[in-house]
Amino acid sequence: MNLRRTSLIAVPYFWLGCLFLIPFLIVFKISLSDAALSIPPYTPKLELSEGWAGVRDMFSQFDFENFEFLATDDLYWKSYLSSVQIALISTFMCLLVGFPMAYGMARAPQVWQPTLMLMVILPFWTSFLIRVYSLIGILSQEGMLNQFLTWIGVISEPLTILNTNIAVYIGIVYTYLPFMILPIYATLIKLDGSLLEAAEDLGCSRTEAFWRITVPLSKAGIIAGCFLVFIPALGEFVIPSLLGGSETLMIGKVLYEEFFSNRDWPVASAVAVILLLILIVPIVLYQRNEQRLIEAEQ
Amino acid sequence: MRRLSWFNATSLTLGFAFLYIPMLVVIIYSFNESRLVTVWSGFSTKWYGELLRNEAFLDAAWVTLQVGFFSSLLATVLGTMGAYVLVRGGRFYGRTLFSGMMYAPLVMPEVITGLSLLLLFISINLDRGIVTIVLAHATFSMCYVSVVVSSRLVSFDRSVEEAALDLGCTPFEAFRLVTLPIIAPAVISGWLLALTLSLDDLVIASFVAGPSATTLPIKVFSSIRLGVSPEINALSTILIVIVTIGTITASLSTKRALVRKQRAERMAEQSA
Repeated sequence: MNLRRTSLIAVPYFWLGCLFLIPFLIVFKISLSDAALSIPPYTPKLELSEGWAGVRDMFSQFDFENFEFLATDDLYWKSYLSSVQIALISTFMCLLVGFPMAYGMARAPQVWQPTLMLMVILPFWTSFLIRVYSLIGILSQEGMLNQFLTWIGVISEPLTILNTNIAVYIGIVYTYLPFMILPIYATLIKLDGSLLEAAEDLGCSRTEAFWRITVPLSKAGIIAGCFLVFIPALGEFVIPSLLGGSETLMIGKVLYEEFFSNRDWPVASAVAVILLLILIVPIVLYQRNEQRLIEAEQ
Repeated sequence: MRRLSWFNATSLTLGFAFLYIPMLVVIIYSFNESRLVTVWSGFSTKWYGELLRNEAFLDAAWVTLQVGFFSSLLATVLGTMGAYVLVRGGRFYGRTLFSGMMYAPLVMPEVITGLSLLLLFISINLDRGIVTIVLAHATFSMCYVSVVVSSRLVSFDRSVEEAALDLGCTPFEAFRLVTLPIIAPAVISGWLLALTLSLDDLVIASFVAGPSATTLPIKVFSSIRLGVSPEINALSTILIVIVTIGTITASLSTKRALVRKQRAERMAEQSA
């Protein structure tokens, strides 16, 4: 163990310890504290000047009051449930849009593939905020979509889409679509075409061959894509606050408002702790799927 | 040559139309003469002029560039170190915790990252401003750099490194002369990713930026809240054009490098 190796490990370790682990412990600590009219607005504070007694004093004042408050106030329950619901519905919609696109890309002539790939990646590099913004102009009352639908005669009155949950679904599908397409495309491109020919030779119809061969063999990509959309969608803040309306309850927005508008730091921290607990399940499942993919390749 | 079926062609056309029409509309309307954003009244570039005279936007853009520059440099160095430790570091005390901390920020919701860093900065009495945004951005983007770099470290032939060591290189020389040139493309794409993430970030920056530093996304967000405006259309167009040129250049240059590599391999095969 030489000095150089130790410092190579120590620098990123120390950095993440200070700027990732400790901040998270602070959130956890404040979630157990009480709100107070002071700066910073919570109590107890750690009195290091009092030494060990100060630490013990702090621990004795901790309680789960904020979590009890979250459990009794139905605003928080509803926002957690509706976040999960919105994330699930949009993930499913994303799959419905993304799978046919990934399938079409994998089936396209070889020379087109790099261009198609570039066309999927390009929006991913473009500013997230600007892409959400571009939807506002499309979805508003006098926006493009309403003008188009009125022009072709489908509707006579403009539809209200902006500032509803439907706009949030569209926003999530629009911004996270590349995350769904890329992993599915990666599994579909590796699919051995002779399997499909064999199935057809053995009397499968094309639809049957699709459901019994293509879909099962691209399952890992589908699962990866779904998690890559679901996990960030659950804690999303920008999309519900720009495209959603007053009825849109999402936990990222609740946390932001609790912190900045109500200035209730302990409750905001408790909201964050619960959100993380909810996220652990999909994250662990996603990791397991990735692990299986790596093992399958070896 | 395979031909696209009717179904595949339709789904690709509709899908790409969905991805690109909203951005095209923004670009087209940035050249609209009228302040109304839904009525076309003639071609004009006046909103670009307005944008360039808008001090608040220019200041915010300058802050964003500074933050992006410093945070992406820090993130690239730290992320490359982290990737090297994870792939080549062997066993050391607390390895599980380390790899957990390297991956967790990738899946952490931005609101939580922002909240936790803000609470840290307040508790150590660090004045909020450019420095705190740089620290926050470097922390979450180093993990992305590490993912990109470690996938390259895993895939390359380790015996080259060992050969350098056998021939008398110190470990540091072996890293500088052999490993670094091989992983350089991944380090560069990691740096570009870190830069993009930093220039793009709204949520974390709005937690950790104090009143003294406003980044471009924070400024854009507060004006979007008031509705669609032609200046924002002009700004979006500029950003979309920059990203498009950058992405196409990058993909063309990787393609050219691939062609060159294939040609070299063919020549090597023929001469053998």
